[in-house]
Amino acid sequence: MSLDKATVRRIAHLARIEVPDADLDPMVKELTGIMNWIEQLKEVNTDAVAPMTGGTDMTLAWRKDTVSDGAQPEKVLSNAPDKHDHFFSVPKVVE
Amino acid sequence: MAYIIKGETGDWEVVIGLEVHAQVISASKLFSGASTTFGSDPNSNVAFVDAAMPGMLPVINAVAVEQAVRTGLGLKAKINHRSVFARKNYFYADLPQGYQISQFDQPIVGEGILVLDMPDGSSRAVGIERLHLEQDAGKSIHDIHPTKSFIDLNRAGVTLMEIVSKPDMRSPDEAGAYLKKLRSIMRYLGTCDGNMEEGSMRCDANVSVRPVGSTELRTRCEIKNVNSMRFVMQAIEFEAKRHVDVYENGGKIDQETRQYDSAKGETRTMRSKEFAHDYRYFPDPDLLPLVFDDAYVASIKATLPELPDDKKERFISQYCLTPYDAGVLVGEKENADFYEKVAAQSGDWKLANSWVSNNLFAVLNARNLSIAESPISADDLSKLITLIKNDTISNRLAKDVFEIMLETGKAPDVIVEERGMKQITDTGALDKAIDDILAANADKVAQVSAGKEALIGWFVGQVMKATQGKANPALCQELLKKKLAQ
Amino acid sequence: MTDLTRFTIAQARDHLRKKDFTALELTDAHITAMEKHRHLNAFITETADLARERAKASDFRIKNSDAKPLEGIPLGIKDLFCTQGVQTTAGSHILKGFTPNYESTVSQKLRDAGSVMLGKLNLDEFAMGSSNMTSHFGNVVNPWKARGHSDDLAPGGSSGGSAAAVSAHLAMGATGTDTGGSIRQPAAFCGIVGVKPTYGRCSRWGVVAFASSLDQAGPMTRTVRDAAIMLNVMTGYDPKDSTSAAMAMPDVEAVLGKGVKGMKIGLPKQYRPDGLDAEVGTLWDKGAQWLKEAGAEVIEIDLPHTKYALPTYYIVAPAEASSNLARYDGVRYGLRVAGNSLDEMYAKTRAAGFGPEVKRRILIGTYVLSAGYYDAYYLKAQKVRALIAQDFVQAFAKVDAILTPTAPTAAFGLNDKVVDPVAMYLNDVFTVPASLAGIPGSSIPAGLTAHGLPLGLQVLTKRWDEETLFRVCQVLEDSAKFPGLIGES
Ligand SMILES: [Mg+2]
Ligand SMILES: [Zn+2]
Repeated sequence: MSLDKATVRRIAHLARIEVPDADLDPMVKELTGIMNWIEQLKEVNTDAVAPMTGGTDMTLAWRKDTVSDGAQPEKVLSNAPDKHDHFFSVPKVVE
Repeated sequence: MAYIIKGETGDWEVVIGLEVHAQVISASKLFSGASTTFGSDPNSNVAFVDAAMPGMLPVINAVAVEQAVRTGLGLKAKINHRSVFARKNYFYADLPQGYQISQFDQPIVGEGILVLDMPDGSSRAVGIERLHLEQDAGKSIHDIHPTKSFIDLNRAGVTLMEIVSKPDMRSPDEAGAYLKKLRSIMRYLGTCDGNMEEGSMRCDANVSVRPVGSTELRTRCEIKNVNSMRFVMQAIEFEAKRHVDVYENGGKIDQETRQYDSAKGETRTMRSKEFAHDYRYFPDPDLLPLVFDDAYVASIKATLPELPDDKKERFISQYCLTPYDAGVLVGEKENADFYEKVAAQSGDWKLANSWVSNNLFAVLNARNLSIAESPISADDLSKLITLIKNDTISNRLAKDVFEIMLETGKAPDVIVEERGMKQITDTGALDKAIDDILAANADKVAQVSAGKEALIGWFVGQVMKATQGKANPALCQELLKKKLAQ
Repeated sequence: MTDLTRFTIAQARDHLRKKDFTALELTDAHITAMEKHRHLNAFITETADLARERAKASDFRIKNSDAKPLEGIPLGIKDLFCTQGVQTTAGSHILKGFTPNYESTVSQKLRDAGSVMLGKLNLDEFAMGSSNMTSHFGNVVNPWKARGHSDDLAPGGSSGGSAAAVSAHLAMGATGTDTGGSIRQPAAFCGIVGVKPTYGRCSRWGVVAFASSLDQAGPMTRTVRDAAIMLNVMTGYDPKDSTSAAMAMPDVEAVLGKGVKGMKIGLPKQYRPDGLDAEVGTLWDKGAQWLKEAGAEVIEIDLPHTKYALPTYYIVAPAEASSNLARYDGVRYGLRVAGNSLDEMYAKTRAAGFGPEVKRRILIGTYVLSAGYYDAYYLKAQKVRALIAQDFVQAFAKVDAILTPTAPTAAFGLNDKVVDPVAMYLNDVFTVPASLAGIPGSSIPAGLTAHGLPLGLQVLTKRWDEETLFRVCQVLEDSAKFPGLIGES
């Protein structure tokens, strides 16, 4: 398993992490090393195995449909790096 | 009456599948206790979990589950007793978590059926592929600031049902009928208010075309977030023609997401394809499988109302209505209830239908009112019909009374009393009026005697005119015949 | 006056009630120690004023005979727990300055129990690491030194600040979180007790998420009894966490002293690979011998899929993390680096806000979930995870508890630069399987290497059986007579 630069660039974009071109080669090498090590899982026969999807075998508990939260715009916005009145603001999105 | 696009190379048909996002009626959001109220101040209906604050966790709303099951039952669909929430990962400003909690390969509701009522009275079944629960996104506002977009998370986390049809529709009309019917069922069930203007029902249309007679499924385009039924139909019509044009010019359709510009009446590419989407769905580890038993489903089933299809069947058999009339009446549950009340109170199902479906609905449509806002109550409309039936007023006068009811909001008996509109059923009172008219129209009397019987109708009209419509027409006719025969 | 930082939680609890000293005096002693040992870099944020305020409130309650279970006990809180009004960073640049308007369930429970928060403890960035070297706020220094050496050692990770602070008597106890060994491994490196309860025992609400299906909070203390006292307070059903267990937590302090007579203890043969550090192997044998002497039967057991636990973990944890960390986008809190477009702002913010190890894991996680790879990696890992959990179920049909070493080595030097990430991952080889299975595990300081560095023994039991866990831990503690760190005051 060897990751190429294009793949690393693609996943970095999916993850929205800017990777300078100069960092790409070492990153390819590192990730390839990790993925190669992970490849050993292929040895395990999992044909009849149901995947374990969570940390526990319980099922979901439901909450009552009551309004018990919200009405706190100041608190919601108090950490915002950029805000306008009671809006969060981001660089303009052109649709 | 198939919908066919005439191309230069031959006839084409359109293949349509619809994905509807319906906002579930509930007090609080799918995974938080924040309110779902529409139109609140920005970011005022936001819990920390809705803003994806660090360490915040989702907890599911019991009513969201119930509403999904309820809708599934209304669509006669398979209810999955075990379903799984998955994360759909992508970055967007109005998606605080960086993922939408949705359902992927294990939705809460599986295959079902929806019956379309076509305008010609025919019906047609469309398959439902699935219904799943998911979170709505927030709202980005682009037009307040020149260089910034503003984010309001009030809607973020509100419960949506995504209802996916099979690609079973073959015309824009069928797509329209599908949306109308789905909306009607959800409103009957009380699971979604179906308000497209407020965005509580949004539609994505998947459109492709193929030569008539072919069974292939060609590349489809998805038209996103169309916000009215009319626009959905227009968008499909445009998109289908576009596909035909592309194919006939030797081109090829790219699978893509498009949006409908209602001002220009056209669809256009929405997203750059520089990087294809890769949503990396995986089971949400913050949530466990959603599990319930038969008893739970049965308890919801027990509370289902009579649904439009059943009501329509009953109206046809119980009230002898045509499928078309019954279909119109059952579209909105409140309309059907209004009709049944009038029918029961007036004791005349047929007259009730004509007064409700023709006269009243025409007024409501013209004034853009719902039945709940009707200026005439079911009680008063029933009374009006009763007045006609017991010969207190004529049909002609009834129309006048109806107009006055609309204007004044008064009860019909009051109007008739106040304005002296009671029918003249007293022979003595009519005798004089008839005699006067006969005397003034000797020439016409002679013509009747000569065999021109049809003129009797003219005389009836004259009598009605002379009595300001208060004469009982049947009695009039009878007296006239007698007198003319002398 | 005696050094108040020498007491255990249990001792201090009794002294406070007898009014031998005040909570404020106890807190002040720890604040002094905290300030004196800033070179350890154990704390990211010190909250001395807040601590004094809370200590005074404790004294008031003690005076009114209204003392709660942890009344007046000064604790450190790992900076992964959101604390209302106090900066919470997760050791990351991307959360610098973030001040939550809410308190995590676990830290709230500790507050409600009367404890006094001294500050927020350093950790590997987003709890991703086994050395504490990935913290944006600089590495923590292990208070222990190899005999005759002055080189700074790693405290282990990710709860390295917690381990160092407790070990150096800066706090009487601390919260940790454990995703793949982040409580147990630093506890072993710093010579303290660390307990990761069954997944679902402690609410994850308000704890910055790393890998949701693995993350679990737990206590880090100098004695088993102290861990029991803290755990009793920290656990319990929380309706705000859907993965929280709706079952009562047994009183684990009450079972201490019940011993292990008649218990069966398993030693998994897969935990003794060729080339296992001789001192680690010897200590393990010693631990088994102690349990035998206390009346337990010790047998060898088989956990056949052990070898695959680490690669499984390095798919599952990064996958979940890649999604959990998507929320750090510069929009609602934390760092923002300007960009000309929304996507550019995201990419620059996340590039500047995350350190190399976090980026590495996000990229691995994104990759294994991406189209075409999901089945081969993520789904495969979930299946292997099921087999690993199954191994334990089968083992616990035969034994009551499992004894293993906690880590393959003692603490390594901060300057022994580990270049290969995989080599660093191997630190967690003994702790990760229990994390994947969701079972409780603990590390007990059990001995010293020839260089005088602490080594830990790990005890594992089946899900929800913390009672057995604590009974075994107590016997090990009693037998080991571990000296603890003297002289760091
Ligand atoms: Mg969709
Ligand atoms: Zn959707």
